[in-house]
Amino acid sequence: MQFRLVKKPEITQRQYTVIILTAIALALLTSGLFILLLGLNPIQVYLAMLNGAFGSTYRLEQTIIVAIPLVIISLGIAVAFKMKFWNIGAEGQVIMGAFFASYLALNYQDAPKPLLLLGMLAAGFLGGGLWGLIPAFFKARWGTNETIVTLMMNYIALKWITYLQYGPWKDPNSMGFPKIPNFTANAILPNFLGVHLGWVIALILVVIMYFFMNHSKKGFEIAVLGESLNTARYAGVNIFRTILFSMFISGGICGLAGMIQASAVGNTLSVEVAGGVGYTAIITAWLGALKAPWIVLVSVLFAALVQGSSYIQSAFGISAASASLIQAMILFFVLGSDFFTKYKVVFGSEFLTRGKEARE
Amino acid sequence: MKRILTVLLVILLSLTLVVGCAQKAPAPADEGKEKMKVGFVYIGPPGDGGWTYAHDQGRKYLEQELGVETIYKESVPEDQQSEKVMRDMIDQGAKVLFVTSFGYMDHVEKVAKEYPDITFMHCSGFKSAENFGNYFGRIEEPRYLSGIVAGMKSESGKIGYVAAFDIPEVVRGINAFTLGVQSVNPDAVVKVKWTNTWYDPAKEKEAAITLLDEGVDIIAQHQDTAGPQVAAEERGKFSVGYNSDMAAMAPKAYMTAPVWNWGPYYVQQVKAVMDGTWKAEAYWGGMKDGIVDLAPLTANAPEGAKEAVEKAKADILAGKLNVFAGPLKDQNGKEMVPAGSVLSDQDQLEMKWFVEGVEGKIGQ
Repeated sequence: MQFRLVKKPEITQRQYTVIILTAIALALLTSGLFILLLGLNPIQVYLAMLNGAFGSTYRLEQTIIVAIPLVIISLGIAVAFKMKFWNIGAEGQVIMGAFFASYLALNYQDAPKPLLLLGMLAAGFLGGGLWGLIPAFFKARWGTNETIVTLMMNYIALKWITYLQYGPWKDPNSMGFPKIPNFTANAILPNFLGVHLGWVIALILVVIMYFFMNHSKKGFEIAVLGESLNTARYAGVNIFRTILFSMFISGGICGLAGMIQASAVGNTLSVEVAGGVGYTAIITAWLGALKAPWIVLVSVLFAALVQGSSYIQSAFGISAASASLIQAMILFFVLGSDFFTKYKVVFGSEFLTRGKEARE
Repeated sequence: MKRILTVLLVILLSLTLVVGCAQKAPAPADEGKEKMKVGFVYIGPPGDGGWTYAHDQGRKYLEQELGVETIYKESVPEDQQSEKVMRDMIDQGAKVLFVTSFGYMDHVEKVAKEYPDITFMHCSGFKSAENFGNYFGRIEEPRYLSGIVAGMKSESGKIGYVAAFDIPEVVRGINAFTLGVQSVNPDAVVKVKWTNTWYDPAKEKEAAITLLDEGVDIIAQHQDTAGPQVAAEERGKFSVGYNSDMAAMAPKAYMTAPVWNWGPYYVQQVKAVMDGTWKAEAYWGGMKDGIVDLAPLTANAPEGAKEAVEKAKADILAGKLNVFAGPLKDQNGKEMVPAGSVLSDQDQLEMKWFVEGVEGKIGQ
């Protein structure tokens, strides 16, 4: 059978809703079959996922803790993506931010708490920002492919932390077990209303980034540069500096997330400090249409999915692999549906007749 | 923009709808509040055929014997994520937690402080608190016995040992194994290869292959999977497993393995919690308690090994043979334990040196 993909004209809201609902239904149906294969009742499992994500204050707090880094990193990624600079390096920027902040936390543990925490936040921003500047410079100066460079730099960052954890920063009191010493209480972000302060930082960032991207000259220049290089040039935008500046901001925000994860969640630096959240945030940034408020909503829903599938593991004794499979299937359909809002599939005969019409 | 709004609203609405239903039909995890619930945190999957498998057997035994409900989470990393897993289990109603890997220690300590009413049991560590005990077994005893089997079997006089981390637990095992080997094959050496992971079938197998390339003809291991066993099988060499009987994974190579039997201990501990008699302790049981043992020797084991093992085992059980009895020298020939004395428990728990005959380095 012949078929071809045709770009759709703008679709109506109703069509859009239908596509998304179909995607969700298909997602639940397909993973439902898989759950049946595991010998469980899919409805019960789905309900348990929701229950696990929102079922109590504790669970809601846990969902928020998962959402915090997603929100912050998505905000960072959005800056670069708006410029059509494909920053796949959030993971590494998170790690380097955590590394810079941890340097302060481990070496100045006796500094007054507010001073140390502020210093760590600044260091986190600087670490992530500098790590983001490197691929930005290569791109702006020599036009290198930023996707490859940012991606590869993630591995460098990860291996650097591995080296520290197994080598010079290894805790001498851990009897040889490779871990970096825990931060002292001074270097740990306090809780506010049940969840660590990271959520307040995230919300402040949402507001700042909303105004920065929509109501500032720099934000406008970034958007113009993303739309068209030539237009930006005509408008007198300094291309080189804009690329460097926005990647410093993008990486810096990711670095902040690294500081928060190391301080509040890990209480120290480890190779797992980012744990893939830098990649996940690409999905949430994209689903949130690179817009600050939507990123929050999408991140919370995503966190609920993560938290829910973690919950069903212990509630039903589902293996870790099966739980991620269910999670991935749901994601696959929701992300995939985005494609059908822009394209439609035309099959053989219809395609020919349409082609004929066009020729006549 | 409007479109996205609609979509998100739709998702949200459908979510609230389902949540609404959810409250009417609670998930099974929330039922049976009266029943004792016990949580297990695993480093690998129960299907690893080794360490976690042995703990999971203990969990099943516990369920069967006491009729308590158990929950578990597999493949939990030894970092902050383990704290969340523990808190999640407590949120789901677990009253007793068995946390089964060394690297969870500081995290257990932290969570135990947050939940004074919950009982925490940490496997293989050395920290404790009022509601937080640790437990382990003298796997060194059956390891010594397995060393006898390996020492009798080896023709090249070189034995490979795939090991996870250079922490005292692992170092102790290597030393005990080597002493077992030397008791029957005084000139044999044990070559150590570190993997820096508990659970990674591919990496463990690779390390075993490197050792086999260096000329060893027996592979022993302190790893959670049967990866090293498979390597020995593929090369037509022989192997000593760990944790549980690994005969099925390497039928032509596997000779025996030091194994764990956690079930009875889990039953005893949970019973004590239910009776209100539980007290935090540092439990370190040996072969006489049944928590550790040597798996039955297969046909791959050398002739006469069975008799030699049985004799040594009887001596250990009778208290006549102590694995770490002097004289013991370290790798540089320095005397660490003089003749006539034995290494104290504390020194064993902090062991950071290899006995003579081990080829490998600690602290890299």
